[in-house]
Amino acid sequence: MTDTAVYARGLTRRFGDVTAVDAVNLDIPRGQIYGFLGPNGSGKTTTIRMLCGLLTPSAGDVSVLGLTVPGEAETLRHRIGYMTQKFSLYDDLTVTENMHFMGRVYGMTRGATRARTRALLADYDLADMHDRRAGDMSGGQRQRLALAVATLHDPDLLFLDEPTSAVDPENRRDFWEKLFDLVEQGKTILVSTHYMDEAERCHQLAILDEGVLRRQGQPAQLMAALDGRVVEIRGRDLREVRTRALGMPELLSAAQQGLQLRVLFAPGVTDPVGRLRAADLGRDLEMQVTAASLEDVFVAATLAGESAGERTAEHAGASA
Amino acid sequence: MSSLGRIGAIVDKEVRQLSRDRITFGMVVMVPLLYLLLFGYAINPMVRGLPVGIVDLSGSAAARVIAEQVRVTQVVDVVGTYATPTEAEAALMTGEIRAALVLPHNLTQRVAAGETVGQWLVDGSDTMVGNALLTLRSMPLRLDAGAPPGAYQPAEATFEVALFFNPERRSEVNIVPGLIVIILTMTMTLFTSIALVRERERGNLEMLITTPIRPLELMVGKLSPYIVVGLVQMGIILGLGWLIFDVPFQGTAFSLLVITTCFIGASLTLGLLISTAAETQMQAMQMTMFVLIPSILLSGFMFPYDAMPKAAQYISEAIPATHFMRLIRGVYLRGSSTAQLLPDIIWLLGFTLIMLGIATKRFNKTLD
Repeated sequence: MTDTAVYARGLTRRFGDVTAVDAVNLDIPRGQIYGFLGPNGSGKTTTIRMLCGLLTPSAGDVSVLGLTVPGEAETLRHRIGYMTQKFSLYDDLTVTENMHFMGRVYGMTRGATRARTRALLADYDLADMHDRRAGDMSGGQRQRLALAVATLHDPDLLFLDEPTSAVDPENRRDFWEKLFDLVEQGKTILVSTHYMDEAERCHQLAILDEGVLRRQGQPAQLMAALDGRVVEIRGRDLREVRTRALGMPELLSAAQQGLQLRVLFAPGVTDPVGRLRAADLGRDLEMQVTAASLEDVFVAATLAGESAGERTAEHAGASA
Repeated sequence: MSSLGRIGAIVDKEVRQLSRDRITFGMVVMVPLLYLLLFGYAINPMVRGLPVGIVDLSGSAAARVIAEQVRVTQVVDVVGTYATPTEAEAALMTGEIRAALVLPHNLTQRVAAGETVGQWLVDGSDTMVGNALLTLRSMPLRLDAGAPPGAYQPAEATFEVALFFNPERRSEVNIVPGLIVIILTMTMTLFTSIALVRERERGNLEMLITTPIRPLELMVGKLSPYIVVGLVQMGIILGLGWLIFDVPFQGTAFSLLVITTCFIGASLTLGLLISTAAETQMQAMQMTMFVLIPSILLSGFMFPYDAMPKAAQYISEAIPATHFMRLIRGVYLRGSSTAQLLPDIIWLLGFTLIMLGIATKRFNKTLD
């Protein structure tokens, strides 16, 4: 047993002419929450599906929990839990029926399934609605049920594909607490998301964009790497200021956040505030270098090789 | 004018969607093309070429002349000769022949006296077959080389006709077992053809394939409950047939159970194969219809198999309903035993296993 839960080298998947995942290398340690952050269509789901053996890679080597994928995928299935992006349990079965069904599919004994179901229903606040049909539950309840089922057979590794996309913020927070409980029990969790706040909670993070792994590391490290490149601008006519600022070639992005404009500089730029002043963006502007957020990291990572103007507009739209 | 514009928008959208749904688009073209060719040739209410046997007890020249003249009517096709009426009856039970012409010892004397010359033993379990043979009852013969055609016509009838299994020629006797075939074909195939597609559409399948379940386990598990459903349906149809339509049941419950289970298996696995090919429930239903119509028209339910042209018979042979139609008429109306009907039972079993194998192979546990 190594300390690596997931190992991938040159992982690639093509659909026709489109390369959905392009030569991704991964070393995911055990006992951590590892996040995949990326916009829709960045290859998060395709990567997860390849790691579970649901999709055959076009190229590359994968080993999950020491098992070669897809070759040993059948053995692996006993040791992983998978929570799909779309709720995939049976709407017309009750909570308990769904859990008993999955327990038997995983080859658990009837007694073990019952005991485990009881424990999980209590853990996940589902005991009151054990005989409710899954189709009649709220988004948050269904998501808890899906996580309970994914952990039913006590897998070592959990794949969660955008698990909180249909859930309100409060339920999301509770959900993440559950994930840390699971890590405490020694599980490894691989979770994909497009929420910055969720990504920031992960032990480690991979930023995917257009199938390419742009950044990999601890969120704090990734943010620290941008030190000195983010400036907050306060003042009047910020839309106008933004348009002018985007004309500066060394600027990667400019996005308004309430009363301030947040600008991100390309690597290697010294004295960013001085440069902004020199560019004569407007009158009476307050400028201050500030700590980078994960969103800045995301923007910096996904802008690589792109036309800055276009990407920034998209970025500004997404954060609005 | 804006109303026209909106209608136009809907029309445009429908056409685009239709042209992207390959199976539906294929159906639009294939259904009329195939059905017209198939049924235009195959459906022929004129019954021709029924397989019959001759039992010549007289060994006379007149017997050979009669047999030849019966043959040239084209209503029948003489496929065998039997030494005794008992042997011929056994062949009727297995379905090898639909009728046998028995020409008695005293044929020569009967001819001389201008009497009825022989007796047809007819399998009446298909009323259309029975009716076709009844037309031979008073056919004129020409027994002397010099006589004009049709010179020999006895006052009573040329042949006696004994209609076995359905002497009153009641159509419900024929229809009730036939309906079992049609209803089971429809419901069983439809149930399973939708089964897998529904799980795929609802997203259940993506979760299921990440579990250790094997394709064959999934297939067998999905089929099994429907075997019981099918048997219940058969029970309802037969019970009503007996209660309301007074259709007599000649066979044993065991034989009925064996053949029905075989057919349910064949229909379910066919549905399963459709399920692995269809992408939506709508497509699965269309493909089921594509199978259902030939099952109604070519299985012998509406038109006798024996009367179809050779090409249509080959197609008919490839349809499970055809084999079950033979089996259920045999068991239900003629009281045949399973041993007498073995070829069709083996065919259905083989079909079931092959379909299950292909469906299992086609269903792999990846999303590739």
